[in-house]
Amino acid sequence: MEIFGIPIQAFLGQLLLGLVNGSFYAMLSLGLAVIFGLLGIVNFAHGALYMIGAYVAFVALDRFGINYWFALILSPLVVGALGVLIERTLLKRLYKIDPIYGLLLTFGLALIFEGVFRYWFDVSGQSYPVPELLEGATNLGFMVLPNYRAWVVVASLTVCLGTWFLIERTRLGAYLRAGTENPALVQAFGVNVPVMVMLTYGAGAGLAALAGVLAAPVIQVTPLMGSNLIIVVFAVVVIGGMGSILGSILTGLALGLIEGLTKVFYPEASSIVVFVIMAIVLMIRPAGLFGKEK
Amino acid sequence: MSSSSGGAQEALARHSRIALWAGLALLLAAPFIGLYPVFMMKALCYAIFACAFNLLLGFTGLLSFGHAAYLGAAAYATGWLVRSAHLPPELGVLVGTAVAALCGLVIGSIAIRRQGIYFAMITLAMAQMLYFVFLQAPFTGGEDGLQGVPRGKLFGVIPLESDTVLYYVVLAVFVAAFLFIIRIVHSPYGQVLKAIRENEPRAISLGYDVDRYKLLAFVLSTAIAGLAGSMKTLVLGFATLTDAHWSLSGEVVLMTLLGGLGTFAGPVIGAFTIIGLQDFLSDRVGSWINVIIGAIFIVCVVAFRKGFIGELLAWQKRRGAGK
Repeated sequence: MEIFGIPIQAFLGQLLLGLVNGSFYAMLSLGLAVIFGLLGIVNFAHGALYMIGAYVAFVALDRFGINYWFALILSPLVVGALGVLIERTLLKRLYKIDPIYGLLLTFGLALIFEGVFRYWFDVSGQSYPVPELLEGATNLGFMVLPNYRAWVVVASLTVCLGTWFLIERTRLGAYLRAGTENPALVQAFGVNVPVMVMLTYGAGAGLAALAGVLAAPVIQVTPLMGSNLIIVVFAVVVIGGMGSILGSILTGLALGLIEGLTKVFYPEASSIVVFVIMAIVLMIRPAGLFGKEK
Repeated sequence: MSSSSGGAQEALARHSRIALWAGLALLLAAPFIGLYPVFMMKALCYAIFACAFNLLLGFTGLLSFGHAAYLGAAAYATGWLVRSAHLPPELGVLVGTAVAALCGLVIGSIAIRRQGIYFAMITLAMAQMLYFVFLQAPFTGGEDGLQGVPRGKLFGVIPLESDTVLYYVVLAVFVAAFLFIIRIVHSPYGQVLKAIRENEPRAISLGYDVDRYKLLAFVLSTAIAGLAGSMKTLVLGFATLTDAHWSLSGEVVLMTLLGGLGTFAGPVIGAFTIIGLQDFLSDRVGSWINVIIGAIFIVCVVAFRKGFIGELLAWQKRRGAGK
């Protein structure tokens, strides 16, 4: 069976890989959007935190024999704690000044993390085995579905929708949204805003780490995996607009799919297609697909 | 009050003039006092680059987070033209600068559609796109880059093979770029840019077509960044992917911030500091250099936002007020 002259198995395989990448875009842009909403900081270190998340899983397995499933919990906790530390010691000094400085500070953090991990692990990269339970593939008749990739898509979609539910449908989320609009007023109503801000950054960092653990078995774990990804995620965020949670999830998935399709039909352009789409969206709808015009 | 602050300002202007002349004298004497000319030329090229960047961030308030792309575009253009098309160096530099300005025009007109932090993200993303283009294009030499670009003869007569001769050419280009930027900032056009930096909605309500002003500033800045890239290719004889990488885009922010945002001499001092540091540390600390650069970044942002020159000016002002 063929589609546009390309074997359907290869076609669907690339599409699935696109969806897997899209899930990572969705999780990372979601974290970026939440952090930006409450802290007003564009977190350049998000890619580095994602990288550290993958390395925590790698080291946990390699040195301590802690398996994948525990790493899924352990790594976000470790990186979340690191996030809390960063927020308390550095970011909180920047809330009253131009948001540009937040971007620059987190850029410096990313350089430090990347440099340290390059020293520890070299640039060549490590591979992380697929957990036993998810090894192999399922034959669906029209395609062979690798179990782990299917799991990544399902797991990250669940996490994304869970985050959406938490922010849009719970009391805690209501505080969070109110804090985004007017932190002083929320503080006056008795909500401890500084703690909320701290935990938000920690949670965003944890989300990035979770994406890192999920990614570890599909890609090579390298110290540079984060910075290569974060710039694409920035483009995703510009395309979607940071206003809407569901918007970031949908944009992330869609762009992953489009990237996968480009890999099938015109592989040379696959690394730039997201940026081209960003340029087009900016010309037609400068505020982004789901952003609100100010 | 007016007389005392006027006196302080006069003293400040006098001091800065003396400092500028002293700096120029130092640069003119550099080859005779044992400063390694290739290092000095490299530092001067990055100083031009940082000054170009400062024109945008310091004097217009636009953070372009992908400025290396323009330096890289010009570096590749000049390298290819001089090496493969055998163009004389002055034409190579001219066309390289024009290529950077053209990239700046296209990317700038897309990026100015958003403000503030989005502008930074868009310029970064577009620069990354150019990076991938350079990685794959047939004329850039992929991972190896363009190696062995000859220096040739300036205007067909002055051979640039001698480091000393080329040093004075680079110095002349640097001084020209430096004065050009001062001229822009002090012109009525520069005043409008300052107004946009201070309060964009106000500038719009006063009837200025803010987008056109910003775009022109962007193109001027990218052209000068391109000039820096073209000169760098002539000096070092190669153009590689490092010239267009996002880490260089970050470094130029650091140079400007460290030296003093929105001051004329700041980016120059910042560029010499960072390039000097990299040169000094590269064979001593290996991959820790990025960690050190990152740490300087954080210290600058948290505790040293005025930079060297900015702190110096603030100190002078305090002293003047204390009198």
